[in-house]
Amino acid sequence: MPDNRESIALRVSRYRPDTDTGPQWQQYDVPLRREWTVLDGLNHVKNEVDTTLSFRWSCRMGICGSCGMNVNGQPRLACGTFLVDYAPGPVTVEPLSNFHVVRDLVIDMSDFMEKLPRVKPWIIREDDVTVVDGEYLQTPEELDAYKQFSMCINCMLCYAACPIYGLDPDFVGPAAIALAERYDLDSRDQGARERLDVLIEHEGVWGCTFVGECTRVCPKHVDPAGAIQRYKLKAATQSVKAFLLPRGLR
Amino acid sequence: MTELRAYRRQVSVWWWLRKRSYFVFVMRELSSIFIAWLVLFLLLFVAAVGRGPRAYRDYLDFAAHPVVVAVNVLALLFVAVHVVTWFALTPQAMVLQVRGRRVPGSLIIASQYVGLLVVSAFVYWLVTR
Amino acid sequence: MTRRRVEPLVWLMFSGGGVMAAVFLPILGLLFALAFPLGWVDAPSYGHLHAVITNPLTVLVLLGLFVLMLVHSAHRFRYTLYDGLQLKARRTVAVLCYGAALVGAYATLRVLL
Repeated sequence: MPDNRESIALRVSRYRPDTDTGPQWQQYDVPLRREWTVLDGLNHVKNEVDTTLSFRWSCRMGICGSCGMNVNGQPRLACGTFLVDYAPGPVTVEPLSNFHVVRDLVIDMSDFMEKLPRVKPWIIREDDVTVVDGEYLQTPEELDAYKQFSMCINCMLCYAACPIYGLDPDFVGPAAIALAERYDLDSRDQGARERLDVLIEHEGVWGCTFVGECTRVCPKHVDPAGAIQRYKLKAATQSVKAFLLPRGLR
Repeated sequence: MTELRAYRRQVSVWWWLRKRSYFVFVMRELSSIFIAWLVLFLLLFVAAVGRGPRAYRDYLDFAAHPVVVAVNVLALLFVAVHVVTWFALTPQAMVLQVRGRRVPGSLIIASQYVGLLVVSAFVYWLVTR
Repeated sequence: MTRRRVEPLVWLMFSGGGVMAAVFLPILGLLFALAFPLGWVDAPSYGHLHAVITNPLTVLVLLGLFVLMLVHSAHRFRYTLYDGLQLKARRTVAVLCYGAALVGAYATLRVLL
């Protein structure tokens, strides 16, 4: 049995749809190197121990958003979670919560992929501007207004953390709303009304009860909970204006 | 593409006991019941005052009953949960800008407590003078 | 034009009620639920309390306070039922919660006026 200080156990959830009825645990011992992350451990397993283990990863530096999984019950990026912080272990690794499991640690993200374009996360213009007309000009202050929300890497840790999304999969979710807010706040954008029509539905912002867990787990400090509450206030003031002012003044 | 036999994990009904922040959230939400109770309690008080001095004294006696006191102590504890969580979350929900600079969250939170103190002092004075 | 939605306005009332509850309920609760009944502070004379409560300004303020706080509670409790008990009959729950708030509001009106 290897010395505790030189290895650590990974307790990994396995699911093979062809043969398994449900997830099961499989334990692997990986070297406990000071700089190693959970991702390094998983790659060690795949390269040296068990090539059948499946998981997503790419950049290994916290910018691609591929390696989201539950480590000891918390949604984390595997590439940003260091093994030494969990010594002596074992470290429990499961697929990201609130998503269907395709195989082992791979989840089905088609729900998010369907929701994201619904909020139209791109610059919407009322005029027809072409490249020939030149660039949009934006001051540093205008950039600061939305910059935080543009940091989202679509890792979906926020969806895993959100109990509302877990209980009601129709909820549009933190990242999608934060990205809608990112474009609403962008001085180059003129599409706030179109996004409001989507998010003012029940499964839009109103499903959120400000648990705030999404903000707590976000690896890029986007603060989706803040984005959602600000969006609610914006939607509410729009409704009041629509209620009080005659059409011409809105 | 081969059929996707994806596995759906169920959310346990005890999901809110899994993390401290989830637990605090649920306690915060349950405070709504106690706020509604206190509104009812105060409303009944007002009604008693409307009925006359005897009704007023009777209601004070009712309010002094140990069970009522216990419920109200619990209610006020939940009101405290509401106050602390509400004030703490406000800066996240709104961005205040004064002359181009963002107002720090701690200032927003502190000013709410000041507001609470001012209102409390006013009500105390109004009722006991 | 955005379709008329009642949810944003309800949310505004929820927010207002939350602020009111946070700022007024501590002192009102402390005084009327504990301090006066238990004698920590001398209860106000009947005459004085009656005068304060029947003052039109007080009536208006209390009306606003109680209604907003009831809407706040109903709104929050509605979502607690959705998420906690995972009730699926959304419209029924909404009707029951806000209905209770409306009943409370009506009772408030009757008592105060």
